[in-house]
Formats: sequence, structure tokens, C-alpha cells
Amino acid sequence: MQIRPILATLKHHKAGTLLIALQIALTLAIVCNALFIIHQRLAHLSQPTGLDESHLLVIQNQWANKPTKGDISSLLADDLATLRKVPGVANAYATDGYPLSSGGITYGIGHSPDKLNFVSNTAIYFADENALPTLGLKLVAGRNFRSDEIGEIGGRDKIAPQVLIITSELARRLFPGESAVGKMAYVSDKPSIIIGVVERMQTPYVDSAMAQWSDCSTLMPFHQLVTPTNYVVRAQPGQLDDVAKRVRAALYAANRLRVISPEDGVKTFAQVRAQAYKSDRGMAILMASISVILLAITAAGIVGLTSFWVGQRRKQIGVRRALGATRHDILSYFLTENLLIGVGGVLLGGVLALGLNLWLMKQFEMARLAPGYVLAGVVTLLLLGQCAVLAPALRASNVPPVEATRSV
Amino acid sequence: MFNYYLQLGLHSLKRNPALTALMVMAIAFGVSASMVTYSVFRAVSGDPIPEKSSQLFVPLIDSWGPQQNDHGEPPGALNYVDAMALMRAHQSSRMTLIYSLMLSALPHDANSVPSQATGYAVTGDFFPMFDVPFLYGSAWSNADDDSRAADVVISDSFNQRMFGGANSVGREITLSGHDYRVVGITGHWNPSPRFYAVWGESGFGDPPDFFLLLNRALDLKIDNTGRNSCRGHLTFRSWDEWLQSNCIWLMPWVELNTSADVARYRQFIEGYAADQQRAGRYGWAPNVRLDDVPQWLEKQHVIPEESRISLVVALCFLVICLVNTIGLLLAKFMRRAGEIGVRRALGATRHEIYSQYLVEAGSVGLAGGIVGLLLTAAGMSGVGLLFEPEIARLAHLDISLVALTVAVAVVATVVAAVYPAWRAAQVQPAWQLKSN
Repeated sequence: MQIRPILATLKHHKAGTLLIALQIALTLAIVCNALFIIHQRLAHLSQPTGLDESHLLVIQNQWANKPTKGDISSLLADDLATLRKVPGVANAYATDGYPLSSGGITYGIGHSPDKLNFVSNTAIYFADENALPTLGLKLVAGRNFRSDEIGEIGGRDKIAPQVLIITSELARRLFPGESAVGKMAYVSDKPSIIIGVVERMQTPYVDSAMAQWSDCSTLMPFHQLVTPTNYVVRAQPGQLDDVAKRVRAALYAANRLRVISPEDGVKTFAQVRAQAYKSDRGMAILMASISVILLAITAAGIVGLTSFWVGQRRKQIGVRRALGATRHDILSYFLTENLLIGVGGVLLGGVLALGLNLWLMKQFEMARLAPGYVLAGVVTLLLLGQCAVLAPALRASNVPPVEATRSV
Repeated sequence: MFNYYLQLGLHSLKRNPALTALMVMAIAFGVSASMVTYSVFRAVSGDPIPEKSSQLFVPLIDSWGPQQNDHGEPPGALNYVDAMALMRAHQSSRMTLIYSLMLSALPHDANSVPSQATGYAVTGDFFPMFDVPFLYGSAWSNADDDSRAADVVISDSFNQRMFGGANSVGREITLSGHDYRVVGITGHWNPSPRFYAVWGESGFGDPPDFFLLLNRALDLKIDNTGRNSCRGHLTFRSWDEWLQSNCIWLMPWVELNTSADVARYRQFIEGYAADQQRAGRYGWAPNVRLDDVPQWLEKQHVIPEESRISLVVALCFLVICLVNTIGLLLAKFMRRAGEIGVRRALGATRHEIYSQYLVEAGSVGLAGGIVGLLLTAAGMSGVGLLFEPEIARLAHLDISLVALTVAVAVVATVVAAVYPAWRAAQVQPAWQLKSN
């Protein structure tokens, strides 16, 4: 295939050539970055919490009057007893927060009481001996809390736990290459002994700002006697929906002076997860639909412009056919022409894609675009261009040689 | 002449329905994607209190020092000690301190269960500072602040829930076991974003149910349910020790009416911080900020990142659709070179050809705008997919957005047609006539 005559022809159609190339370039730039955003968001929202989510539901409970610390202690015990008696409930515990709840307590944890030299941030979860079995957390070393270790604290009390359970990621950061069990760590001015390590437990936050320590959590053996508080309930297999319907009525039957919001007072963990990652999923859907529409519009644009060129050049095609060019020659002429424009477009588009990525990195919290995405985009657009040009090119190859003799 | 061009244009559009449909759809998609994302952006980036946003300021004092503050910035709220010192100094015409509360409201009929009520503890200055409208009653006075009265202002919707919408001024209400006297009922008021409490909140939630008198709330030790941030070891063991700690949780606002007032107040807080350094309370030089509403919203990153990214992507999308339209219009116009040649030969000027094709493009843009309007309306229901419900409900298709959609479609298409129409006007009549 001769490329020089094609280039010569393209020089006569500067505007059209440039427009198609520009459109391919811009489409490539957007689609690469959109695909990259989709991938990042999907990776984000599929991060495991470490919990046995399919059996869990959470209840936010607020006491109606002004119970004292002592009142709450017995109210809490009563509520947990009530919940355990609900048919289908396997276990339950009370806590300040849970993974993906988007609010909670954060501390620095380290090797000395000096707070300026902490090793890592950590989410703090108040827990009792039922927390691990309820959440389905996997203990990889050490032991669970004993019921005699569980203390009680009020809203503004000093928090200085004797023992801690931490996640394996936090253990790795605190004691790289060593077992953490039995070692001391500081969350207050007094040391705490690490008695257990769980495989994984995500923090309450999904923000990118806190992503660096999203697996660094600490369980503290306390019942926090404040209102509102959360109950995490584990249902027997297959009974989650029934339990979700029963718990509110059971709690109100036991004590009416409380608020469990009718809208979101009782949530299955699936609902918690959907809420936490709503914008990630939405972003992925938006980027996917924009990419699809964009590719469709670009393909349609190529069909439109090439059809016009074919129409314009019917006579020249006729002349070439009369001079001995085969149908195949005509077809491959248009395919090659499109490929040349496409290559020009993707070269420019690759640069634009990286430029857009740099700009997005500067403006937003975005990572560097992996070259694989540009490559995938280049292949997609070149293939798309060839498919789009096929119909007009076939029409061109069907122009009969007799066209050369017409209307002269 | 315009009508004639329009007829010619419509006639020509009918001749290539596929090409026309393609252009119309490209413009419609591009415009509607931009409009849907813009409607969200407009909702979250607006000035919540335009008439006063340059007179309201957040005074911040670095109480954590260079080793523990956030990249040199003072923390976004005040600790109790500093907040109360600024209150007592009375250096601004008005001042309020705000913290979040989540309480339970006892129902008036015995059959219902208690319900949740959210609100803020504020001072009496809060209401005139932020132009809070009142349906009944009024704000409490500064004297009430000093006498620590059990006063509460409730919102119209909370009044509806608790008192059936009647004028409930003077009636009692029980919140989390304490009784308060209703002194005022606000009209519907929920500035968006809720600039006065965006520290630690999204700023787009449901409007608060009540405003409690700050001193009373503190007396009753009603705990803050909003953000509370501390540094170093938490050594407090009680409410009173917590108040004296370095934990920041009170959101301060001052009203300063002239630039001289602003300068004076800045000097005052710098002086205060210097005094604290001299007194040995802070071991670092004064580091203070005095941000007005726009600066404050910017600093608190109130506009969700999703909103800005989706707007940028949608605008890029529109640009590509327009590049596409330029190409298609070029093809469409140049295909009629023969026709243009005849018109030119019969006496039409270049200028007339030019206007004729711009009018034709304008009609394509109009069609694109109308289809785009339908897509925008459909897209509005998809906003809830991307954003939190409290943000999604802010985006709506109003008259101004309808006008903007159609205008953007028409203007963008006409701009896209400038080059193709110019090419059409350059057609040489003699050359065209000869080859036919």
C-alpha cells in the first residue's frame, strides 16, 4: 500500500483530517482517565472490612431522658439480653462505632507515652468479649477479651486500657517481623498490653485522606456509657431479614423511652456498605456511561465524515477503478487513510491523556495514570476507527469504474 | 430573510435525517451531561448568605502549636478556654459560639414514642448575625444569655412535628430530660451549604430542629455530638477537666461590618494569642486566622470532589461533542457546494451564504437543546446515584437551568458552525458551475 498518495490527499482535506484526529485524541484522553477513575473507585469499594458482613446488622439507640452513667450500665445490659433473646439472633455487643460507619474515635498509637512520636493512627472501637464472635473477626494470634476485663467509661472519662486487641496491619507497623502478642503499646500515658491480633478490621472511614491506615484498628475492652450508642447484632444464617424486622419491636417492648430512628435506626451491613461507597459506585457508573456515549459519538462522527469524503471522491474512485485498481485496493485505501489519521490522533491523545491526568492529580486526589490504560485506550480507539470506517469504505469499493466517465 | 434561511435550513436538515439526528444527539448528550453536573455544582458552590458573606468571620487561634497543628494551619475550631475568652472580650459587634447536639424529644401524646431532634447550642447573637427569619416570637436577648435562661428556638418543621404548627411561643418542650421554654419559631431556614457548622459536617444535611441557649447547654453538661479534636495525651477525667483541655469543638463566628473593624479584630486576636504566649499557656508565636464565609468554605472543602470531577469530565465531553459537530457540519455544508455555487451565481453575497448556514446550524443547536432538555430532566433523577441524598435533592431543573441548557446548545452549535459556514461562503461559483 502506497502511503504517499494518501498523505497527499489528506493535505487537501486538512480541516476534516484535523477534526477527526482531534476528536480521537480528546476521546482517548477522556476515556483513559475515565477508565482509570472507574478502576480506582471499584478497587476502593471492594476493599474488605474483615467482618462477616452478610450476617450483621447495626442498631443506633438513643435514650430519651437523661440517664446517668449508672443507669446506662444497666440499660445497656438489659438491651443486650433482650437482643440475644430475639429469635434468630446469634450474638450482639455494644460499641461506639464499626467499620464504614464514617464516624468514630481516632488515636495515635506508639512505643512511648510521647504523643509527638506515635507510630500510626488507629481507629478505636470499644468492644467486649462478644465483639469478635459477633463480627466474625479472625483471631490470628493471642486471645479474645475475657468478660472480667471489660471496663466502663463515661463520655469524658480518661481512657487507659490495660489490654488491647489490634489488627495484623497495625501489629506489623508497631512490631515489624515480630509477634505483637504480649508486647506493650501506648495509646494513653500508661502502657497497654496487646493480648490478641485479628486478621483484619477496617476503620470507620472511607475518605482517601485516611486510606493510608484503613486497616489499622484497635479494640478496647470498654462499654462506653453514653447516648447514643450502637448495637451490632449477628443473625443466624439466613435469618438476617427476619431479625432486622424483629429487633426494633423487641427493644421498644422492653423499654419505650428510647429513639431508634424509623429511617435508619436499624441497618443491615449491606446498607451500611452501600451508603459508605455510594459516591464511588456513582462515579464509576457516571464515568462508564460517559465513556460509552463518547466512543459511540466518535464512531458516528468518523462514519459521517468518511461518508462525505467517499461521496466527494466518487469520480476519483471511478478513475482509479477504470485504471485497474481492484475493489480491495479501494477498501484498503480508505482503511489505511483512517488508520493514519487514527495513529496521529492517538499520539496526540496519549499526550493529552497524561496531561489531563497530571492536572487531575494536582486538582484532586488522584494517582498517576498507569500506562496500561493509555495502551488499552489506543487499541480501543484504533479498532473503533477501523470498524467505523468499514461501512463507508465498502461503499467506496462498490463505486463502478463507469463513474469516471460520468458528468464530465 | 431569517425565516427564509430557516426554511432552507430545515429543508436541508430533512434531506439527511441520519446526519442531522447524529448532530442533534451529540449536542443533546454533551449539553445535558454538562447541565446535570453543573446543576449539582451550582447547588453546592453557591454563596449561602450573599448579603453578609463578607461581614461574617471565623476567628481561629492556633492552640496546638507548630508540632501538632495541621501543616501550619490553626485548628478549625476553638477550645473552650479560648472561645470563652473571646466571648468575654466583646471586641466584635456580634459573636456566637456553636456546637452540635443530638437530643430526644418527648412527645406530647402518651401513645407516641420519643423522636430524635438535632440542633445547635448558640448564643442570642446567632439569629441576627445570620439573618434567621422568625415565624413567631423572636431570638433570646443577650441578657437571657447572661442569665442562662432555659430558652429554645425551634424550626418551623419541628414546630409542626411537636405542636401541629401552632404558635407555640411560651410553651414548654422536653429535650433529653430537660425542660425548655420556646421563645421563637424560625421560618424555613437552611442555608446551603450550612456554612456556620461545616467543620466536621458535610454542610448539606437536614435543617436543625432547634437552637439551644449555649450557656444553659453548658450548665447542663449536654455533650457535643459534633466533631471534637484533641492533641497529646487525653488526661481529662470529667466534663470540667475536658472543658479546660486542648480539645477543640466550639465553632466561633464574629460579625465585623467595616474593614477597619476587621483589622482591629485581627489585631485583637493576635494580641490575645501573644498574651497567652507571655502567660506561658502557648509556647509559640501567635498564629491566627480570620476567614470570611467564602474563604472558610474553601478551606473546609465544602464542594464534594465528585462534583468538581464530574463537572470537568462533562465539560470535556461537551467539547468533544462540539468537535464532532464541526466535522459533521463541514461535511454537510461542503456536500452542497454545487447548490452554494448556484446561489452565489444568482447574486447571493458571501455574507448571505454565511448567515444562511449559521441559521441552519442554530436550528440544529435548538433541536439539540430541546432534546438535551429532556435528557437533562432524565439525568436529574440519576443525580441521586452519584451524590448523597442531601446533595442530590439540591439539584433541580428550574427556569434558569432550562434557559441555560437551550442557550448553551444554540450558542455552542453556532460557534461550532463558524468555520464550516466560512468554508461554505468561500465556495467559488464559477468552479462549481463548470464541474456540473
